[in-house]
Amino acid sequence: MQGLPVSRGIRDRAAIIGMGCTRFGERWDATPEDLVNEAFEEAMADAGIAKEDIDAAWFGVFYEEQNTGKSAYPLSQYLRLANIPVTRVENLCATGTEALRGAVYAVAAGACDTALAMGCEKLKDTGFAGLPERTKGTFEDLYQPNFTPPGAFAQLGAAYAAKHGIGMGDLKKAMAHICWKSHENGFGNEKAHLRKKLTVEQILDAPMVAYPLGVLDCCGVSDGAACAIVTRPEIARSLGRDSFVTVKSIQLSPSNGAEMGHGSWDGAYTLTTRTAAARAYAEAGISDPARDIGLTEVHDCFSITELVLMEDLGLSGEGRAPADVLDGRYDSGGDIPCQTDGGLKCFGHPIGASGLRMNYELYLQLLGRAGDRQLAGPEFGLAHNLGGIPNRNVSAISILGMNS
Amino acid sequence: MRARSGITDYDSFVPSQALSRAAIADALGWIKPSIRGMARGARRYADWDEDVLTMSVGACRRIVAAAHEAPGQLCLASTTAPFLDRQNAGVIATALDLPETTRTFEFSGSQRAALSALISLSESTQSALLVSSDKRPTRSGSPLEMLAGDAAAAVYLDNRDVIAEIILTRSIQADFVDHYRTVGSRGDYTLEDRWFRDEGLLRIVPEVVKPLLADAGSGPSDISHFILAVPDPSMIRAVGKSLGIDAKNISDNLFGDCGHAGAAHPLLMLADVLDRARPGERILLCAFGQGCDAVLLRTTDRIWQKSERIPLADTLQRGRTHDNYMRLLVARDKLDMDWGMRAERDNRTAHSVAYTKSRDVYALVGGKCLTCGTPQFPKARRCVNPQCGALDTQTDYRFADLKAAVKTFTEDWLAFTRTPPLIYGNVSFNGGGNIFLEMTGFGPGEVEIGTPVRPEFRIKDIDKQRGFHRYFWKAAPYAGASGV
Repeated sequence: MQGLPVSRGIRDRAAIIGMGCTRFGERWDATPEDLVNEAFEEAMADAGIAKEDIDAAWFGVFYEEQNTGKSAYPLSQYLRLANIPVTRVENLCATGTEALRGAVYAVAAGACDTALAMGCEKLKDTGFAGLPERTKGTFEDLYQPNFTPPGAFAQLGAAYAAKHGIGMGDLKKAMAHICWKSHENGFGNEKAHLRKKLTVEQILDAPMVAYPLGVLDCCGVSDGAACAIVTRPEIARSLGRDSFVTVKSIQLSPSNGAEMGHGSWDGAYTLTTRTAAARAYAEAGISDPARDIGLTEVHDCFSITELVLMEDLGLSGEGRAPADVLDGRYDSGGDIPCQTDGGLKCFGHPIGASGLRMNYELYLQLLGRAGDRQLAGPEFGLAHNLGGIPNRNVSAISILGMNS
Repeated sequence: MRARSGITDYDSFVPSQALSRAAIADALGWIKPSIRGMARGARRYADWDEDVLTMSVGACRRIVAAAHEAPGQLCLASTTAPFLDRQNAGVIATALDLPETTRTFEFSGSQRAALSALISLSESTQSALLVSSDKRPTRSGSPLEMLAGDAAAAVYLDNRDVIAEIILTRSIQADFVDHYRTVGSRGDYTLEDRWFRDEGLLRIVPEVVKPLLADAGSGPSDISHFILAVPDPSMIRAVGKSLGIDAKNISDNLFGDCGHAGAAHPLLMLADVLDRARPGERILLCAFGQGCDAVLLRTTDRIWQKSERIPLADTLQRGRTHDNYMRLLVARDKLDMDWGMRAERDNRTAHSVAYTKSRDVYALVGGKCLTCGTPQFPKARRCVNPQCGALDTQTDYRFADLKAAVKTFTEDWLAFTRTPPLIYGNVSFNGGGNIFLEMTGFGPGEVEIGTPVRPEFRIKDIDKQRGFHRYFWKAAPYAGASGV
């Protein structure tokens, strides 16, 4: 608005002083209550605060019908919170980052001192592999295709190959490298769902699920929970911390229907990632992401997604991602390591928790607490969390760094 | 009062799926050796997402697009329309985007329903679109399974620009039962051929035809095309011979590449004849079923007028013929198949929404923004063009008759469909507009980016819990596309 000061954004206005993440996987014997408490206890021990210090909470759950049920009170009940405000959020697979955004915005706005962001999903109680079938709304059910996530994301493959004149065989090799790398990374991660090394040949030879995606191009479907405790930087300092993680940016970009209904999108990239990334880099003060971003955790629900995201995030040039991937640029020893914890592919994908799990890895790496997979001093870490399908989705990007 | 009407246009729809009859004999001949004698050619069948209504829309769509004005009446003739109490003709009219003032109704109950309708409509002063369509249930191993095929055929009746005049009509009714089907039965109960031929066809058809020809001042030698829509070609020859019609003028009943399409068959055979007829020829069109309806037609000079119609014989040459009998059973939902948990999704329809959005969903009418000119589906309050976004600027814009090309696609082996893989993707329409659509009529490896498609009215989802199914449009190959 004319004459009024422009928003400063949220850079460095919220600190993360504690995070927790359960082991992801087939947690047959655990309930959402168990998973939430497991993540929460780790985060509270990390933060060194009392439960009574939490002023508000945001709770991310996607498939509530297979999980906790609707509303905020499951979290309040599991943690026996003192009737503090709890907001249940859902934004497809970007639900975890959406929960974090709520907590960070509340702290940055000064509405509260300390907030909790929790995400939880219990996918393995559906009785079958993959994600449950769901309706799309009373009108959309009448005309939308009965797509599955792999089928919807697979469409990026043929469109990308056609746009950049790359043969499907060569594209598949780059996609296989992406999966191979995540299995290498996930192998050493005790909290990861899939801890098995694979060869590129095994990945290429896997049965086809949705052309051109084979079954090993798809991420794990897991149970898990992850959380963050967010507070004002002054409070972090008052707790005796000199050096702590702050949020440099969180940006969210949902589709407005243009990709699905307008001819301006060619099907070979995720439009919302590009708009969210531009805003996130501006908010974080990053002018050259390929130089400044030290590691990424991106939404590798399928190998082809990770590949196009490298371009959408400005890390690879247009049409360059396959070559950069095959050069090892995004391997753990490369210039910009991606999915050092195994990613959705191997750490797993309990939907409501995934965005927070990505930020958990950034947090560990920035604090030098990533153990065997610790990178050498990254300045900024970027998490990209995508909900929906390529032609209609929600992109969430968070950038973390240390306090200045 | 307007003059008596004649046929001004016609068309047909034949499903692309064709099962070789040898495959049926191979599958069941060990039980029923008698069917081996009929194991020639291929029969067409409606796939799981096709039925009387989708085939009807396929037969009518070009006629409606080419007509000077919307028909005043729409009549469906069928013995296998999917709804017993929900007007089937209304679904067709909605899909064709006909005006609300269209008089819609149905004829049923007999193999001659279409000609009974034709005779009634010919006496009306209002233009009419008559479509006949049948997807007969056929029990495994029955002769009808070999003889039948699924199809639809339509004629437009009006009193100007007539291509075939209706000279005279005549009917006779007789409660003669050679076969029957009751509500809930799984197929026809059929009596022996000789009863049907000798006491039925050979006695009753002449009782109609002879006085008809006499009244018209014609004799059998004046008939250039004799059409008798019954399944067995040898019976047609026998009746033609008994009437004194020259064997070369007895029309082929399309057994080889289609099969007998029930109540749709008289108009289907007529379509085939009109494709090849010359001006001034007399066509004797007969349908049998608890009596007989006969229509004497004479073609006009306009029979040779240009049309985008694809000759039926060409369509019949382009079937997707295969020899997997199981596919027929699956298309008919006769196999107790384990479809997996993905098939459990609840396909309950919100009928209030389906009604409010009936032009969107059934007629594939989207919007075109008057501000920026962008076509879009569905029509929305605000324009989808990211450079525009104007509020309430869209006029109706029908996508159903536009050609399109595949922009992105996949072959999805995980998604539930009765014909895996489920193929779907973003489709770009000529003139603008993108719709995310399921595709139909393609097999694995047959779709590429850029593959030409056009919308085809199809069953979208089946709600077994509530005995309902809903329709939408899918992207299908069109003539000219590779492999079609």
